[in-house]
Amino acid sequence: MSAVDLARLQFATTSIYHFLFVPLTIGLAILTALLQTAWHRSDRSEYLRLTRFFGTLLVINVAVGVVTGLVQEFQFGMNWSAYSRFVGDVFGAPLAIEGLAAFFLESTFLGLWLFGWDRLSRRVHLATIWAVAVGGVLSAAFIMAANSWMQRPVGYQLNAAGDRAQLTDIWAVLTNVVFLWAYLHVLAASLVTAGVVVLAVSAWHLRRRSSPDVFERSAKLAVVVLVPATMLVLFFGGRLGINETKYQPMKIAAAEGQWNTCQPCSFSVFQIGGGNNDQTPTKIIQVPHLLSVLSTGTWNGQVVGLNELQAQYQQQYGAGTYIPNVFIQYWSMRTMAYLGVVVLLLSLWGAWLIWRKKLATAKWFQRAAIWATVLPFLMNTAGWMLTENGRQPWIVQGLQLVGDAVSPSNSVTTIVISLSVFVFLYVVLAVVALMLMLHFARKELAAVPVAAEDDAPILHFTY
Amino acid sequence: MTLVTFWFIILAGLWTGFLVLEGFDFGVGMLHGVVGRGEAGRRVAIGAIGPLWDGNEVWLIVATAGMFAAFPGWYATMFSGFYLAILLLLVALIARGVSFEFRGKRESARWRRTWDAALTVGSLLAPLLIGVALGNLLHGVPIAADQEYTGGFVDLLNAYSLFTGVTVVLLCLLHGATFLALKTTGEVREHAVRVGRRVATVTAVAVVGFAVWTYVLVDKGLLASLPEMAAVLAAGAAAWLVGRDRDGFAFVATSLAIGAVVLSIFVGLYPRVMVSTLGSAADLTVTNTASSSYTLRLMTIVAVVLFPVVLAYQGWTYYVFRRRIGAAPTGAARPRDRQR
Repeated sequence: MSAVDLARLQFATTSIYHFLFVPLTIGLAILTALLQTAWHRSDRSEYLRLTRFFGTLLVINVAVGVVTGLVQEFQFGMNWSAYSRFVGDVFGAPLAIEGLAAFFLESTFLGLWLFGWDRLSRRVHLATIWAVAVGGVLSAAFIMAANSWMQRPVGYQLNAAGDRAQLTDIWAVLTNVVFLWAYLHVLAASLVTAGVVVLAVSAWHLRRRSSPDVFERSAKLAVVVLVPATMLVLFFGGRLGINETKYQPMKIAAAEGQWNTCQPCSFSVFQIGGGNNDQTPTKIIQVPHLLSVLSTGTWNGQVVGLNELQAQYQQQYGAGTYIPNVFIQYWSMRTMAYLGVVVLLLSLWGAWLIWRKKLATAKWFQRAAIWATVLPFLMNTAGWMLTENGRQPWIVQGLQLVGDAVSPSNSVTTIVISLSVFVFLYVVLAVVALMLMLHFARKELAAVPVAAEDDAPILHFTY
Repeated sequence: MTLVTFWFIILAGLWTGFLVLEGFDFGVGMLHGVVGRGEAGRRVAIGAIGPLWDGNEVWLIVATAGMFAAFPGWYATMFSGFYLAILLLLVALIARGVSFEFRGKRESARWRRTWDAALTVGSLLAPLLIGVALGNLLHGVPIAADQEYTGGFVDLLNAYSLFTGVTVVLLCLLHGATFLALKTTGEVREHAVRVGRRVATVTAVAVVGFAVWTYVLVDKGLLASLPEMAAVLAAGAAAWLVGRDRDGFAFVATSLAIGAVVLSIFVGLYPRVMVSTLGSAADLTVTNTASSSYTLRLMTIVAVVLFPVVLAYQGWTYYVFRRRIGAAPTGAARPRDRQR
């Protein structure tokens, strides 16, 4: 493998891994804040116990999310120095603003929340968990603005030498239509992730009848969040897809394995074969007009095929292959979308059970909910594969190729070392984090803690 | 003052702030097994930085991202050039970062010992590597005219940079000890004072060595060496104050010492940001690595608006957790029952 391939592999590995934790952190912070708000308003101890219970899961998750985020922050310079020089002007700014506006907020207030139970008034303490939630939501905004700029660069100008993209309009970057839909999509996906996890954990306890009256409340909250969040994630994803068809037609054509231009276009539900060397896969089920609707929003919309796009790009950018890996595109799109529908059905099932007042006793639903835990993580990963693989071979659409973006000073050996180190470290972290998450998720709900006396030397045994 | 100079100052401030704040976290991380003989003592030591360390570490993230935004050329050369050192730094930061959360989450002595070891080693390696990296900015590394690093890992291991690394580690140790002396009671505090007294002299000597060496290396006259002098004075004051029941002053002194050491590197650098050993024409400077003025203006507005807010709520955090903490009197409720 070349240094470029290895650097890509490392970025893919570390980013996918990091993003297992990120959406859960964002979503779970919001759900924990909602639980604590419920406690604050109703004064019912069940909500306090749930806040602390899910807060523990949040904190374990944050720990891994934060440290793997450091790797992301450093990696652009380490492996992609040519990219960093080329786009630092545009790309660095949102990252710096993210740090100042979001990470400080999230980390500082998490410390206050975690250790401040007996130091802050109830109202202020409630505000700290909301500050953590806001920090997460804000950080996603800036990182998505940066990422969306790579998908559809706007508000910049190349310098005279053509070797640097310079920011000319931050407002254009922050109102990039790709950013708006991608950001909303990620936020909804975060709520779906946390919703499914909270639902699964609650279902596990309900099945064992451990504090069923309490876990029924968290299961209800999860379902109430999941129903709209799942609908929204599908809707926002749809709007994002339509915009990508406009600005990154190659991404969508590849996701549909559409080699030739079509109008109207039918959607391939399932196919055998397909890939960059197989233009005639066996399509099992096709739904007429659906692809037109999905990618253009119109009944008879046209989708330009890969072959035609390739010819266009060669004319525009010179010789080369501009088609991403079609197999990955096709299946990551379907994994994401189909599982999204499964989660929607599950949450509708849950809503029906709440209406019939059977949520706490519905064995089959609970069993399904427990196993559904893996789905949002698969969906999130597939979503990023779709969006990042679909941009290939570009690192910034139309401006810089991935092959031109790597650090020239890095040898293959260096990247092999770092990749191995990260893989080893991340596997250890994954095992430990998963073990702890499962341990605390299955633990019996703790009683309401007794407040410490005020004059005693204060103990903070949260760690 | 031009925008690039302003941003150089901001970055110098961010790195200084990072090491002043996270410096005592590193120190406590290294010392928690020494000052806390039993599990209760260790928990007191770690609890003292518990609510603070994560917010402190964000200073590093912001310093890095700010460098990316304001001086992309600097960020690109430094992080790709110092590759393996940065990789090690990441490993150290990851290991200690998760240790805080993981160590208390299982009732097993072996489990805790493992994460305590990760915390200790990570907290030692991180300031060492950061010190070596900062030292190398000033000492110089092979950088070609196209701003690409042309050296290898061994080029980073020169005497000045290694000495800077050791100095930073010693300062973090002393800083951690004065922090614990200020923030804890009982046995942990006594141990911290004892450790502080033991490392104070050698730290002060190291700072003097660093100051002289930096003065010689920079060679820009006495005025540019004010931070070095401040570092020497502060380190001397710290060595004198430690163990004299002047916890607050001792902590201020170690804060100043560590801050002045970091500052002296940045003052020595300016207007360069990375020195090239292949001739001064290849030096990276604030101008040949900077972003466009639009980006710098934008970042200035953002920083001027947000930074005071950040300082205010971080300051408030320190106020909220201002009280000393200590181990529970015997017979009190077991810690795990009281907190989650």
